[in-house]
Amino acid sequence: MRISRRILAGLATASLAVTATSCGGGGTSGSFDDTVTVGILHSLSGTMAISESTLVDTEKMAIEEINAAGGVTVGGKSYKIEYIVEDGASDWPTFAEKSKKLIDQDGVPVVFGGWTSASRKAMLPVYESKDAFLYYPIQYEAQECSNNIFYTGATPNQQSEPATDFMYKRSPAAGGDFFLVGSDYVFPRTSNTITKAQVKQLGGKVVGEDYLPLGNTEVAPIISKIKKALPDGGIIINTLNGDQNVAFFKQIQDAGITPSSGYYVMNYSIAEEEISTIGPEFLEGHYGAWNYMMSIDTPASKKFAASFKKRWGADRVVADPQESAYNMVYLWKQAVEDAGTFDDNAVREALVGQKFDAPQGPVEVMPNHHLSQTVRIGEINAEGGFTILEETGVVLPQAWNQKHPSSKGFACDWTDPSKGEKYKL
Amino acid sequence: MELLLDSLFNGVAIGSVLLVAALGLAIVFGLMGVINLAHGELMMLGAYTTYVTQLIFKLPILKPFYNSYIIVSIFLAFIVSGVVGILLEKTIIRKLYGSPLETLLATWGVSLILQQFVRSVPLAYGTGLVISLLIGLFLPTTFPSKIKESINFKYFKFSSWVFAALTGVLTGSLISSSVSKLSRASARNVDVTAPSWMRGQVEIIGTAFPKTRLMIIVITLISVIAITLFLNQSAWGMRIRAVTQNRQMSDCLGISTEKVDIITFGIGSGLAGVAGVAVSLLGSVGPNVGGNYIVGCFMVVVLGGVGNLLGTVLASFGIGIMTDLIGAGRLLSIWPDMPLPLSNTINFFATTSMARVMIFALIVIFLQFKPTGLFPQKGRMVEN
Repeated sequence: MRISRRILAGLATASLAVTATSCGGGGTSGSFDDTVTVGILHSLSGTMAISESTLVDTEKMAIEEINAAGGVTVGGKSYKIEYIVEDGASDWPTFAEKSKKLIDQDGVPVVFGGWTSASRKAMLPVYESKDAFLYYPIQYEAQECSNNIFYTGATPNQQSEPATDFMYKRSPAAGGDFFLVGSDYVFPRTSNTITKAQVKQLGGKVVGEDYLPLGNTEVAPIISKIKKALPDGGIIINTLNGDQNVAFFKQIQDAGITPSSGYYVMNYSIAEEEISTIGPEFLEGHYGAWNYMMSIDTPASKKFAASFKKRWGADRVVADPQESAYNMVYLWKQAVEDAGTFDDNAVREALVGQKFDAPQGPVEVMPNHHLSQTVRIGEINAEGGFTILEETGVVLPQAWNQKHPSSKGFACDWTDPSKGEKYKL
Repeated sequence: MELLLDSLFNGVAIGSVLLVAALGLAIVFGLMGVINLAHGELMMLGAYTTYVTQLIFKLPILKPFYNSYIIVSIFLAFIVSGVVGILLEKTIIRKLYGSPLETLLATWGVSLILQQFVRSVPLAYGTGLVISLLIGLFLPTTFPSKIKESINFKYFKFSSWVFAALTGVLTGSLISSSVSKLSRASARNVDVTAPSWMRGQVEIIGTAFPKTRLMIIVITLISVIAITLFLNQSAWGMRIRAVTQNRQMSDCLGISTEKVDIITFGIGSGLAGVAGVAVSLLGSVGPNVGGNYIVGCFMVVVLGGVGNLLGTVLASFGIGIMTDLIGAGRLLSIWPDMPLPLSNTINFFATTSMARVMIFALIVIFLQFKPTGLFPQKGRMVEN
């Protein structure tokens, strides 16, 4: 960590030297009045390290970009952003402990962190009791709305609901029966409860559902169930996690469950990073739903992908979670500048309504601390990317899902003291 | 009929994964009584060997033989895991015979070391290290007995280790410079892609079976037959069984128990490597892959009866068939109009998570009645 900061300082000096020689010292970058230190908290070891380390890379890149453009300006003073990276070690209590350390010992004004819902649930009480602020960048099951967390990933109505709609109405398997497969933990189970309610509304039928315990890769019983429930093909909704996807796709292909025989899998946890790990030959013709896809053909998206490759290596890819992580750093910067202070409460108030021209298109912070975002449905192609088939307009986030029986009719609004975390619509 | 065949095949397929994984442990734990918690990591080494072999076979010189890489990797995985197992036996386990708790802790430590090793050492140099070990351990044993008995043998031994180290470094850098994917350390899971002739399905009597599953069944069958023949027909197999039954007496009769221990442990570890090849065909290969199988392995060995290969075979196929019967809700399709409360119960357990719970519960109940497993070892044991 100390080394990385030293490297960063080195980079900053180097870039300063470059600007000094090339622009004759006219650049604003490099001369700061003060520094502000933020916290970055993701798993750098353990099972989740593969995914979460990409977020650390993206957040570092965003911070470097902001510094290169002159840092954060608060009250007329320019601040250079420095960061402390802590390792959550894929262990949920560690996330809570490291959060306490960052808030109490290091005194950071903001922590960017987390991936799994389990880590967020472990950190939540820490931030609420200390009235500190966590920025959480992952698409998740929602059903939560904390005054101390700011969620930049998609809620189910910004990912799974449009995806289910697409599968039932406009995919090659339109009108077919559904089979739901997921890892056995909170996100897949909640997400599937919502999907079941939605399929029922659409007039479709869910003919089967199964969950694989985390760490288990024996999918033979699930395959025989799929074959029994969907003998002539149909729609499979997949919320498996990490490596379990590799086992699942290798084995269903061997068992003849492929797009060419009428089985189409819609995935909620497979982005570009995962496609390259699993192998596009196993995934081609299946679908994914995200807010950001690397193949989005806009200057902002291309610039984001290009800077990431330039910073971390040409073979690297960017995906939806990284884009969310990138957005949250910028949104925090804008809110701090608008608030004119790093103080939590003022920043929290300034944050709602912040707009940012993100790589996915415009996003805006809503009163429920989630983002309004665009939803895209893509078909996985042989090159390991998505061919974008559909794009919605901007979709407003629902912290409390309107299809889930336990939260129907509720919403969240932190700008109105009489409404708060959960109020009846 | 088709349903029954399908169900039986599924059960056998699940069972053969369990069996191939547990076979090595059945020897190490069953015959030698060593609780080897690093067994899963020896499997992981086998799986990584498959990955490395696959990448090396993609090099231009070996490209024409690419389709056969999986066969080659079975032998290589046996050797790699076997060599690491032998090193483990020579350095750690030998000092801990007869103290199961210490063995348990030590091998658990080894499993953590091996996991971290594949995370933080580039696979090219890992391969180099294994080659050094192989040469260093085996080169001295090939010297003529005249040299072995000479007083200067230690110098010969030393120089062969130097030679081994040099060869290891050389092959390591050779692989690292020719296969860029192996030159960097990475904690990311990697992927083994089966050659084209092993993908897809074959049709047997009107039912389609996945080829990779058939391949795993074949690997398992060959391993079981080979190990049975070895234990029952060869001279070393006889010695192994003799030492298992009565260590002191065998020692008195001139059997080198030290050598027997090394060979037994080496073979058990090598079989773990072969299991690694099999599981790499099913899922992804990562540092944690072994941990997913270790509990299942011990379950099979204990259920089958410690020290009995036939028990291990029956136990794994039994568990495989039960997993499929419960997990896929087969009974319902065999008997569709069963009374409601019963069908509801079956439906409740017809998910992968619940089937696992059910299987463990059944095993616990079974062990209440037969605590020594399906086929307990009979006869008098001096060590008891």
